[in-house]
Amino acid sequence: MSGTSLDLSWRHGGAPWGRWRGEPGPWPVIGALVVLSLVFQAINGNFLSADNLVNLTLQSASLGIITLGVVLVLLVGQIDLSVGAVSGLAAAVVAVGFVQQGWPLWVAVLAAVLLGAGIGGVYGLLTTRLGLPSFVVTLAGLLVAVGMQVRVLGSTGSVNLPYESWLVRFAQQTFLHPVASYAVVALVLGTYVGSRLLERRRRVEAELSAASLATVAGRAAVLAVVLLVPTWYLNTDRGVGAMVALFVGLVAVADLLLRRTAWGRSVRAVGSNVDSARRAGIAVRRVYVTCFMACTALAALGGVLSAGRLAAANQGTGGSDLNLTAIAAAVIGGTSLFGGRGSAWSAVLGVLVIQAISSGLTLLNVDSSVRYVVTGVVLALAVTIDAVSRRRSEAGGGTRR
Amino acid sequence: MTAETDHGLGPSSPPSTTVLSLRGVSHSFGAVRALVDVDLDVHPREVVAVVGDNGAGKSTLVGVMAGTIVPDAGELVVDGQELGLTSPGLARQLGIATVFQDLALCDDLDVVENLYLGQELRRGGVLDEVAMEREAWRVMSRLGARVPSVRAPVATLSGGQRQTVAIARALLGVPRVLVLDEPTAALGVTQTAEVLTTIERVRDSGHGVVLVSHNMADVQAVADRVVVLRRGRLNGDFDAERASYEDIIAAITGVSPPRRRRAPGEDA
Ligand SMILES: Nc1ncnc2c1ncn2[C@@H]1O[C@H](COP(=O)(O)OP(=O)(O)O)[C@@H](O)[C@H]1O
Ligand SMILES: [Mg+2]
Repeated sequence: MSGTSLDLSWRHGGAPWGRWRGEPGPWPVIGALVVLSLVFQAINGNFLSADNLVNLTLQSASLGIITLGVVLVLLVGQIDLSVGAVSGLAAAVVAVGFVQQGWPLWVAVLAAVLLGAGIGGVYGLLTTRLGLPSFVVTLAGLLVAVGMQVRVLGSTGSVNLPYESWLVRFAQQTFLHPVASYAVVALVLGTYVGSRLLERRRRVEAELSAASLATVAGRAAVLAVVLLVPTWYLNTDRGVGAMVALFVGLVAVADLLLRRTAWGRSVRAVGSNVDSARRAGIAVRRVYVTCFMACTALAALGGVLSAGRLAAANQGTGGSDLNLTAIAAAVIGGTSLFGGRGSAWSAVLGVLVIQAISSGLTLLNVDSSVRYVVTGVVLALAVTIDAVSRRRSEAGGGTRR
Repeated sequence: MTAETDHGLGPSSPPSTTVLSLRGVSHSFGAVRALVDVDLDVHPREVVAVVGDNGAGKSTLVGVMAGTIVPDAGELVVDGQELGLTSPGLARQLGIATVFQDLALCDDLDVVENLYLGQELRRGGVLDEVAMEREAWRVMSRLGARVPSVRAPVATLSGGQRQTVAIARALLGVPRVLVLDEPTAALGVTQTAEVLTTIERVRDSGHGVVLVSHNMADVQAVADRVVVLRRGRLNGDFDAERASYEDIIAAITGVSPPRRRRAPGEDA
């Protein structure tokens, strides 16, 4: 009854050529990244240089952290249009709190992130208790946050952070020592292989289909390449930025929470069908509130880091297109706008695509209008893939309420 | 809560042998009176069929038992204790397992994830996928289900397979009362027989079953008692052994028993 190991999906330890559960998986985004890289590299040989890629990863980190929050909110089938404004407000709170009010820096950072979480808590209460659509609530939140940002920054509208503060040093100049970076990679690989082998043994003992040792080895090899090649290449220049490591670490934690905990399962269930989730006994409101809070807290953290990277907070921080870029990145990375489908890693993939486009076009000295158009086209493609794959999996037989 | 417990155990209440009772349950949706003063007793080792026309209030009654609908009036009595059933989680804690008419599955989740939704097995703080998958295979094969994989998202399953998943979910964790709302609607002949066998097995292991059905053949096959709902009110409570098909149909439709109007000879 348990079937062959081909029944094993990739998500449950199977081989890449096993079942993909009807999802296109990350392949379209990875393909897009490869194509973009090759095109930009062909036009400008500097694109794939280690120096440019180090910059690209540094630019990705704070946007990526904001995108990770958006992924969580999209997974429960909601949206947060205010992440950019919340990140700008958080940047302002850190700068003003530290420089003008004389708070210890860690207090200012903590205050900014807690303020972000609090805003998400308000969104959660308004959507779950009053039944307001998150679209409108967060739009209102955007306006409020922008107003507060201007107010906090005061008349000058801009506050500089001292270069010697740890926040600026962390965001601008701190890189993992090469030895440390390889040690982290080795640790991750070791943990991965160990847990896979453990799971394999338990599955065999339970007489379930289990991945072959070759599959485990193959997956470990893929992971090794995916981790080692970028680490090595970045290390030929300045290395892996501390902020980049923080971003990837947060994504990994979010991924584990989503896939391995009951909370993560309830997030996907609520996004898939909230009525069914409620009747399965899930505390739906709590799931919504936690996702909104995590989203705005991550947005605030992203804002704090971008203040560190720019060594300043001003009225433009978190403004203009940041909201839409973060949402676009989440969708381009493969998280469904319809809820229930997606992965924390789509924050990494989506942000890399967005930053690749931006960095490549900057190298080509192209006007920013082109950047918007190209990003828009990629977003439209991503949404199309999302909608088509959803329709195809429904054609499999199920009826949707 | 404790005060109510005292009432339930007090001398005024008759010695309770029911696993689940509804007392004077009424519920309205706006102007629609879906349930009006309904009493229902479910005993151990008993299959109670609830039948009625479309819109008679059957699914509303199921919702009340499942904790998804908090009725305007009336109480539930579980094991002699009166309580307000305010959430689906509470109902399941009390051992009331429900198969909803729309199945209440999450399409993006696979079979295992749906089976254990809201009651996941854990091991050291994280989900125990291996144990859940093993149990999923066991309960699915006991129901004679043919699914391509328990790791297939339920969106890719056929109507009958989805229905089996919903029934399997209700059977996990050994419910005291199994409530099924039209459980065989999407099933073929073989699987219907499996479900009916399962219902009998649940009954024979000492539990109560509430079977809501349109299908009189199913009802006559497994029910011990047939309760008729008509426009939200109880309109008959029959012993399944003795009641005739015509009596039940008459109670459902509200016309007088056809036996009088149509003698056997008239058909020919
Ligand atoms: N959520 C709801 N909102 C409004 N009216 C409802 C709702 N659910 C059921 N009803 C109404 O209540 C009555 C009983 O419905 P239901 O319990 O689903 O009947 P049955 O399952 O016997 O077909 C019907 O008239 C139906 O239209
Ligand atoms: Mg119904």
